[in-house]
Amino acid sequence: MNITLLTSEILVVLLGILIMLFDVLLPRQESRRSLGMMAVWGTLGILLYTFTLAGPPATVYKGLYVLDTFAVFFKQLFLVSTVLALLFSLDYVQDWSRNQGEFYALLLFAVAGMMVMASANDLLTIFVGLELMTVVFYILVGFHLEQVKSSEAGMKYLILGSASSAVLLYGMSWIYGATGSVVLTEIAGKASASPAVLLGVALMLAGIAFKLAIAPFHLWAPDIYEGAPTPITAMLAMGSKAAGFAILLRIFIVALPALQDYWLIAVSAMAVISMVGGTVVAMRQTNIKRMIGYSSIAQAGYMLAGLMAADVPGVQGMLFYAMLYIFANVGAFAVIVSVSQQTGTDEIEDFAGLAQKSPFLAVVMTIALLSMAGIPPMAGFVGKFYIFLAVIEQGHLWLALIGFIMSMVSVYYYLLVVKTMYMKEPKDSRPLLVGSSIGVAAVASVLMTLFLGIYPAPLADFAKAAAQVLW
Amino acid sequence: MFHEYALQHAWLIPLLPAIAFVLIGLWLRRVPLLSAGLALAVSIAAFLLACGVGQAVIAQGITVEQPFIQRVPWVAISGLSLDMGVFIDPITAMMLVVVTLVSLMVQIYSLGYMQGDPGFGRFYAYLSLFVAAMLGLVISVNFIQLFVFWELVGLSSYLLIGYYFYKISAREAAKKAFITTRIGDFGLLLGILFLQILFGTLDFAQLGLAIPAYVQQSGTGLLTLVALLIFLGPIGKSGQFPLHVWLPDAMEGPTPVSALIHAATMVVAGVYLVARVFFLFDLLPVALQTVAWTGAITAFFAASIALTQREIKRILAYSTISQLGYMMLALGVGSVTASMFHLMTHAFFKALLFLAAGAVIHALHDQNDIFAMGGLRHKMPVTFAAMTVGVLAIAGIPPFAGFFSKDEILLAAAQASWPLYLMAVVTSGLTAFYMARLLFVVFFGPEKPDNHPHEAPLSMCIPLGVLGVLAIVGGFVPYTYHFGDWVRFGPASHSGLDWAIAGTSTALALLSIGLAWLMYGSGRVSAERLAWRFPGLYRLSYHKYYIDELYQWLNQTVVGGIGRALYWLDLYVIDGIVNGLGKLTLRLGDGLRKIQTGQVQQYGLVLFGAILLVAAWLVWIEPALMGGVLS
Repeated sequence: MNITLLTSEILVVLLGILIMLFDVLLPRQESRRSLGMMAVWGTLGILLYTFTLAGPPATVYKGLYVLDTFAVFFKQLFLVSTVLALLFSLDYVQDWSRNQGEFYALLLFAVAGMMVMASANDLLTIFVGLELMTVVFYILVGFHLEQVKSSEAGMKYLILGSASSAVLLYGMSWIYGATGSVVLTEIAGKASASPAVLLGVALMLAGIAFKLAIAPFHLWAPDIYEGAPTPITAMLAMGSKAAGFAILLRIFIVALPALQDYWLIAVSAMAVISMVGGTVVAMRQTNIKRMIGYSSIAQAGYMLAGLMAADVPGVQGMLFYAMLYIFANVGAFAVIVSVSQQTGTDEIEDFAGLAQKSPFLAVVMTIALLSMAGIPPMAGFVGKFYIFLAVIEQGHLWLALIGFIMSMVSVYYYLLVVKTMYMKEPKDSRPLLVGSSIGVAAVASVLMTLFLGIYPAPLADFAKAAAQVLW
Repeated sequence: MFHEYALQHAWLIPLLPAIAFVLIGLWLRRVPLLSAGLALAVSIAAFLLACGVGQAVIAQGITVEQPFIQRVPWVAISGLSLDMGVFIDPITAMMLVVVTLVSLMVQIYSLGYMQGDPGFGRFYAYLSLFVAAMLGLVISVNFIQLFVFWELVGLSSYLLIGYYFYKISAREAAKKAFITTRIGDFGLLLGILFLQILFGTLDFAQLGLAIPAYVQQSGTGLLTLVALLIFLGPIGKSGQFPLHVWLPDAMEGPTPVSALIHAATMVVAGVYLVARVFFLFDLLPVALQTVAWTGAITAFFAASIALTQREIKRILAYSTISQLGYMMLALGVGSVTASMFHLMTHAFFKALLFLAAGAVIHALHDQNDIFAMGGLRHKMPVTFAAMTVGVLAIAGIPPFAGFFSKDEILLAAAQASWPLYLMAVVTSGLTAFYMARLLFVVFFGPEKPDNHPHEAPLSMCIPLGVLGVLAIVGGFVPYTYHFGDWVRFGPASHSGLDWAIAGTSTALALLSIGLAWLMYGSGRVSAERLAWRFPGLYRLSYHKYYIDELYQWLNQTVVGGIGRALYWLDLYVIDGIVNGLGKLTLRLGDGLRKIQTGQVQQYGLVLFGAILLVAAWLVWIEPALMGGVLS
């Protein structure tokens, strides 16, 4: 048994424990920023370590846990999003009166859960990883104890999330009952279109769709996005969503290709409802985090559309999109954190005149939003291009058309924010100071968004290599 | 070895100025000296690398048939893969050296010319961008890369022509340049798309192999259309008739920019494009004829306008159009060698002429009318010498640079067709005349009492000196070292000098200069009387054949008329539908938002309802029933 395959997960957990230890040891009055920096540098180190993991697939624990390019891709994605999310959390967390150390440690445990999900090769390991991540997020969403909104969101997430986890587990049990196995590769040989298996497929699909905030399982998302501490909202939109896609792809492509005709119908319906519903409702939002929440529903719809191709280019597009979506989100949330720290709210109207108060932040926000809208030369354009091209090649032109139209409509609400930033007069003329760590995260997001938009080949190749593992 | 390094790192040549642009544009532009210093340092480095590439071409025997190619995948999707890369053959190497050399000279010159300008740093940022775009275009390995840089050249020319953006005329000129060339670019893009559809690749090397086979099989019909579409790009960019109108107006930019646009970047891009894809044109006689006649007509037409213009930079602008016509003519009659040779010598003497003109304008505080000048040869001896060299070079007097290249063009034209040759010869006489006119009016005759000219500062004189030397030896030296062995298409031809043709054109040039002296130098023949004798011809020439007025009229009546009709349609029909749809969508959003009550119980209800729906669907509805939807 080759335990070294788990090194990166172990390192993340150890880093979390180390931070908890230091949190106890540090004098009570001292700032916990040092712990945050420790988390940043530690995660960065682990991220660098993951670059040594390239190679042929290897398994551990009798094939229950697999380390292949697909897993490495998602692990790096989680670690990148964690590093950047930590960078723009530092200032935000510093304003809290207590529990700062735990915040960093818990975040790392959630990341460990995501990394387990990326590598899990059987239903139970998937569920354990998923629960590790979700349980931590229950806590983190309600972490802002002084704010009623945050507590409310935490409670809602706990109730609905538990229900959906139960549904997922129930679906897994049907699959196990029908096929006698929980290992994905073994299920693939045994799954037939019997009602029991199909019921299991439906329940698992619903359970995962909830985690992805895919309509019609999305109702929790706007409330929780709005109420959660902003860095956690970002991690929900970036990491949690990507992790959901990791297990969705593993389960449905590795274990259930035989039932493709069945689940593709449900997937197409959910993709369409998400793209249309998320886009349409986002137009009427006044709170920026809520708006991003709805837009993330639409974005999940675009990514899900890639699954409709059910081939390597489609999954390649999904993976590429998941990665660029991280960078767009980091840019947007870094700006949201900066603005809300000064104004104390997250309303879109508080962004008025941001271009005068901080031209830098306005540019970052604009680039991030345009990338989400899919405007070249931002990365979002290339991502949508890859996805829709794959979908069209498989003959689903109608789905791509809906995607195109919804992308165009989405420009409306993205540009509404840009318009507020550039065209409206600021309420006060206080210049907005940008913290150095937030600045680093914002610059990184802008550079990567432009880089991936102009020179997508390296990441696209990596995503292709990752996608090929599944077949 | 340095040349090996330069060849392997040729991609640095456009990248360095691009980096300089970013650095200056973002941080340094408020520090004039640092901006200029960085731009200059980068230009020197680029020039040295370009020389290294040239050396490598000779040392490693890189020929037109065996170019040096580097490719990096840029975007790859199923069915389409695009590269970025470096394509080096002797033509590229020659262009690299010329572009970097002239731009370096212009940047040195600008130190003096733009001194004290409030936008000094911005100016150098734009210059760097311009040069980077042109160099990127030159080393392009395929059509897409070329088109990207082609558009970047257009953008940076827009920025530089409109550099004095507070002047309305500058803004208008910048827009005119951008929009006029855009018409040609549209054709170019269509041509490129056609090539991609026909051949599945845009790579020059691969197209060079695929096109002859295609012509063998399918004939030239469709490809001729493609080639003509592509040629629209050069017509716009290289100021060929009838899209030449932007070029004289582009004089609104600072004079060093005019020198750069006219000598090394921008306008020669079109000529270079045709030379680069000559493997396409060479097989298509109709396309070649079109190129040749466009060039000849442009050459003659622009020269006839230049005869009567009064503004010094405008005269030079029309002479540029005319010379570009020569280059196109050479390409059209099948001589890439002659065209590229003339491109090089023209770059030297035209940059020299513009920079000398800039020195004059600078000395006379932005005076542009040549008849307000006069007698400047005493006060500005260096400028006078430079201008004289430039005029002799462009007039084609041996042994100046223009003589050799122009002679090759005339020879190639004579071998191809008599009417073309005749037009070219007459044009060369006209050229000598109007350039001599400029020289005599500005530098001879009585001094104007209101003018207080002074010689240009050292930073402006050095480039004049360097370019002056090049305008003298730039034709003879390449000629003796067999320029045509390297820069060519197909087998090298050692035509040598044809003394009949060379003698005719030289005699004609001398005669024209003599006539100009009689009219403008000694004043023995009155120019006014001549103009009065042929009022129609004079007015036609002075008003540039009323082409601008024609376009204005076309624009206002035809385009404007269609525009008004469409506007009505847009306002009442399209907007009605769009606004209706928009309102509908917003209402839908309002409605759907109401689902979001904030009640967890209700969320749970929807959640489980949806789960039941999905489960029921999957279990009971056969996929065959839905098959129609998915496939």
